[in-house]
Amino acid sequence: MNPSWARVQLARHPKRPHSLDYINKIVEGFQELHGDRHYADDAAIVGGFGFLAGRPVMVIGQQKGRDTKQKLIRNFGMPKPEGYRKALRLMRLADKFRRPILTLLDTPGAYPGIDAEERGQAEAIALNLREMARLQVPVIAIVIGEGGSGGALGLGVANRVYMMENSVYSVISPESCAAIIYRDASHAAKAAEALRLTPDDLLKLGLVDGIIPEPGGGAHEDPDGASVALAAAATHALDELSQMDGPSLAAHRYDKFRQMGSFFSE
Amino acid sequence: MSWFSKKQSPVPMPDSERTVKTEGLWQKCDGCGQIIWRKSLEDSLHVCDKCGHHFRIDARERIRLLIDEGTFEEKDAAMATSDPLSFVDSRPYRDRLKSMRKATGMQDAIVCGHGQMQGRPVEICSMELKFIGGSMGTVVGEKITRSIERCIAGRVPLVIISASGGARMQEGAVSLMQLAKISAALMRLDEERIPFISVLTDPTTGGVTASFAMLGDLNIGEPGALIGFAGPRVIEQTIRQKLPDGFQRSEFLLKHGFLDAVVPRSELKSYIAGALGFFVGN
Repeated sequence: MNPSWARVQLARHPKRPHSLDYINKIVEGFQELHGDRHYADDAAIVGGFGFLAGRPVMVIGQQKGRDTKQKLIRNFGMPKPEGYRKALRLMRLADKFRRPILTLLDTPGAYPGIDAEERGQAEAIALNLREMARLQVPVIAIVIGEGGSGGALGLGVANRVYMMENSVYSVISPESCAAIIYRDASHAAKAAEALRLTPDDLLKLGLVDGIIPEPGGGAHEDPDGASVALAAAATHALDELSQMDGPSLAAHRYDKFRQMGSFFSE
Repeated sequence: MSWFSKKQSPVPMPDSERTVKTEGLWQKCDGCGQIIWRKSLEDSLHVCDKCGHHFRIDARERIRLLIDEGTFEEKDAAMATSDPLSFVDSRPYRDRLKSMRKATGMQDAIVCGHGQMQGRPVEICSMELKFIGGSMGTVVGEKITRSIERCIAGRVPLVIISASGGARMQEGAVSLMQLAKISAALMRLDEERIPFISVLTDPTTGGVTASFAMLGDLNIGEPGALIGFAGPRVIEQTIRQKLPDGFQRSEFLLKHGFLDAVVPRSELKSYIAGALGFFVGN
């Protein structure tokens, strides 16, 4: 098995900690907040407030389920428009009261279904991308498992973007990529390699700021150790970013994404 | 017994002379099946005169239709991707780019520049579907972002004509981050109160819809255009059902509240100019 494909398997490992696992371990007094105030409460995105090492923080993340029942409730971690709108509502709430935001990215992608299209999946994600750029508070995003394309990025426009050691971040799933290139999803391993989706790849491409090491064989073997590592990285980033005022934070986030690209003019 | 019988075999004739060459002269309408003389199609803005079906048109043709003659000044035409992943699938991405450039005469999937619409200055970006499915990689991302920056510097409205399958797979996560880059630039345009008219044409899907195409002050669809986040095939595979007729078409989005209007091609220029007159006219 090539290392990229192995990483995809680890990122999707059934025992891997999900957003609420991390939140319950590292956020004190977490209070979950529900609903987008327009349509529904999407269980594939969770969010709420609490304290991280004594600092108030709004935490929002995509949520996968562990057993079959939970997987269905969480829609396999694939959010619908109301999920992104809930996330935006909570981010604006944090912005209003000058509280930093921590997002945890873990989704195969935004849900591709009739109802999601009818309610504007594309518009919901697009709006989050634009409005996250406007926030005047520190925003930290951590890819904890699968960073599935626009569905993940919809929570990912942050001042600092980190990836857990065994996570991936990609524009398309290796299976879909293989289906397009080789007309056969079973070539996913090859596609995973071509897509350069590992934390090392993204760091080299200048798209993420750092990699959070996982203990031993990976977060699924030691969720406590992984939570400590994640909390340490988030706290450190918070301390640094808290030195900046609102406009500087928005400018910093803008400049960070502005320089992403790879082109030349002949 | 038949009345006539063949007495002699037909005169031998090479195949090339047997058929009358009509290829390229006629085109079948995807909407009603009518066969249309291509020349008359060009005169009707590539819209079927019988059923109103809007044929797909090239990025440069778009600009010719929307921008006052002689006023278009292209920007960043030479910008090209440096293939950040050194991507190889059935063939190297670099080779694919080369043949695309030869076929389209463009460096990448977008034309950007400055021009006038009924005398009003605009920055316009027009996507080219024929260039790797109009996909958005680093060049499309950078050229649109620069267009937005020029809009802010010169206080000029922005018009983007989308035609794209989404982010470009061959540039991986670098493509993905272009969604954030462009959307962030649009946040600044928004703060500057400079109008952005987004025109969504057939097809506009994936990361393009999920970023700038849906962020217009006005979102305008062309009649019958396929517009969505996920492509219809992906949705069918997910839900294992056939999709209803008209699903993800402009009229469907209008009904569900995601487009301000569906405007026929013949009225698009005056519509946009009129809207700009409302937003920034004296």
